[in-house]
Amino acid sequence: MAAKRVDPAANAAAFIDQDDIHEPAHDRNLWAARMKRDAAAKAIPEWEDLRTIASLIKEHTLTHLDKYLEQFEANAIKRGAKVYWARDAAEHNQHVWNILNERKISSIIKSKSMLQEECGMTQFLETRGITVTESDLGERIQQLDNQPPSHIVMPAIHKTAADIAQIFSKAIGTDPNNTDPHYLNEAMRQDARKRFLEAGAGMTGANFAIAETGTFVVCTNEGNADIGAAVPRVHIASIGIEKILPKVEDLGVFIRLLSRSALGTLATQYTSHFSGPRKGGELHIIITDNGRSKRLGMDDFWHSLKCIRCGACMNTCPVYRRSGGLSYGATYSGPIGIILDPTFDESKYSELPYHSTLCGSCTEVCPVKIDISDQILRWRKVMAEKKFLPISRRLAFSAAGKIFERPNLFHGAETAASAALKITPHFLLYNRALNPWGRHRELPHFAKQTFREWFIQNKQQNQEDKQQP
Amino acid sequence: MLIKGGLLPALRMRVALFIPCYIDAIYPEAGIATYELLQRFGVEVDYPLHQTCCGQPMANEGDQANSAAAEKLFVENFSGYDYIVGPAGSCVKHVKQHFDAIPQTDEVKTVRANTWELVEFLHDVLRVKAFPWAYFRYKASLHNSCSAIRGLHIAQPSEHMAPYFNKSEHLLRMVEGLELVSLDRPDECCGFGGTFCVTDEAVSARMGLDRVHDYVRNEAEFIISPDMSCLMHQQGIARKAGIDLKFIHIAQVLNGGPF
Ligand code: SF4
Repeated sequence: MAAKRVDPAANAAAFIDQDDIHEPAHDRNLWAARMKRDAAAKAIPEWEDLRTIASLIKEHTLTHLDKYLEQFEANAIKRGAKVYWARDAAEHNQHVWNILNERKISSIIKSKSMLQEECGMTQFLETRGITVTESDLGERIQQLDNQPPSHIVMPAIHKTAADIAQIFSKAIGTDPNNTDPHYLNEAMRQDARKRFLEAGAGMTGANFAIAETGTFVVCTNEGNADIGAAVPRVHIASIGIEKILPKVEDLGVFIRLLSRSALGTLATQYTSHFSGPRKGGELHIIITDNGRSKRLGMDDFWHSLKCIRCGACMNTCPVYRRSGGLSYGATYSGPIGIILDPTFDESKYSELPYHSTLCGSCTEVCPVKIDISDQILRWRKVMAEKKFLPISRRLAFSAAGKIFERPNLFHGAETAASAALKITPHFLLYNRALNPWGRHRELPHFAKQTFREWFIQNKQQNQEDKQQP
Repeated sequence: MLIKGGLLPALRMRVALFIPCYIDAIYPEAGIATYELLQRFGVEVDYPLHQTCCGQPMANEGDQANSAAAEKLFVENFSGYDYIVGPAGSCVKHVKQHFDAIPQTDEVKTVRANTWELVEFLHDVLRVKAFPWAYFRYKASLHNSCSAIRGLHIAQPSEHMAPYFNKSEHLLRMVEGLELVSLDRPDECCGFGGTFCVTDEAVSARMGLDRVHDYVRNEAEFIISPDMSCLMHQQGIARKAGIDLKFIHIAQVLNGGPF
């Protein structure tokens, strides 16, 4: 059965209409991140060159991905890691389950990994009796509230401190009226510590995997991935095939870009390199495709694989800031979500490409120069071709197309009112029953005389005289 | 072609005026101002009477089939001109950068390459140095559309780390009396976005309201833009919210009317 189509516009309307607090705060906080990003970028004279170099490194690597993946695998094995390959989410989850099951591990801690999110891993493990604890604070908040992350870097950014106080009071018995972030943070730290110590395995993702060394790098601000990798005996890392970089020296370019783009800080608090298992421990690396090689084969969309998941495009996106990430109903939200999600399910996510004004800001901030905005428009073409557009809209546009095709039909009776009526069906009132233009906007005042009428009345004679030799 | 000075002699270039449909019907004064302004610089302007639409509304929906006919007609109307000038960034951006619903013959490519947005044309082709007839005694804010900024690059986008420039602002600074006020978020999208303004009504309206509040906070009386489509949306928002702001096309200010 086809999955239900996500309606981001309706979801965003609900986010805006819920109260006067959430949407303005969400917009303000993310805009502040964008401003910090601008300041951090401006402080580096070669910023735009860095973006270009990063983009070229990624393009090169993606073009020779098979070679670099095999190189990474060989070097990681040399360092004592065990490497698995997963074609899709099911294989990925099965690998994780096998590793845990063979070792009779019943509880794990995990740091943030969008790939594990993509794979629905937590739910998969929970139904098999594994206790999964998110170690990233934002992810933990979302986990306790039974929601997916709404932002790839700040998973609970759509929530206020008051929301979090409510969730913690139910989950760990804090005072529901105390919204002091330090208090809440400390309470969660105390609750989480014992889970961290009891966990049989720690799971992480990876931000980068270096082919020449077999090392992978995890960037966090809370050091939580390091606890996951350092406390339990078993470390399992899920790595998407697009995370590869050829050399250690390439890493510097991306480290300089990542945190500046994400939060406007010079670097993440922790940039940890994992090269083989620690003494007495085990390191398992699951290299996962899950649709990526299919994406690599799409001429119009393969550039999306350059993404380093910094979230800058979300922070800058004016539509995302007003919508909240959950409105996209998908693992990835915001501009990057719009171009990634349809590769998982075109029908379910067919409305996402329309949840954009095509303002282009995402393309300009993206540290690896993905042409996000152009890809959004290209996805619209795919959706229109496959007839995913709602029928009311299809008819409106086909009517408009017919009118614009024929000047005589378009100009008709040559009055402003009649011209206006021809424009309004698609421009303003394509759905008359709901009149979506008018809820928050007055209709424009139509002119008494069109430009064309004015021209014919006042200037046409000149034009004709001039054209006589 | 290098042209110096403000007032120019008649130029031997064939220039056609492209007036998008909503300017024709809703903001004809912007079209009139554009026409008069070009003539003041000695440019002889033709207005092909059979023009309708550049195809942008359909193309932005991804609807190639329905934009093809409009694109074909656009080329028929504007073929043979040295310059096609339109007072509308988003329409010009469509012609220059998308406009691929029809086969890209040499004729199509030439028309696309010859199409200019008004501010660009004044700034880069005519290289205007003064508007001696213009006088505008108000505090005003500039709204460059996203298509004009990030598509046509008539201004440096705030996200992109390179020296600042802003062609619309550059022209407006030549207008006597005009005081330009800056905004908290100078090039934030206003939420118009073509059909987005109705299909995504709640987000669009919220973005528009935020934009309008930015003007109010910074005490602008007039909003000046090279793109009336954004202003149509912002004006609707301001009127509904009972906020007294006036919205006007940049050509009207540079030409000294009609207001
Ligand atoms: S698309 Fe670019 S800006 Fe967006 S998350 Fe990926 S790397 Fe960052």
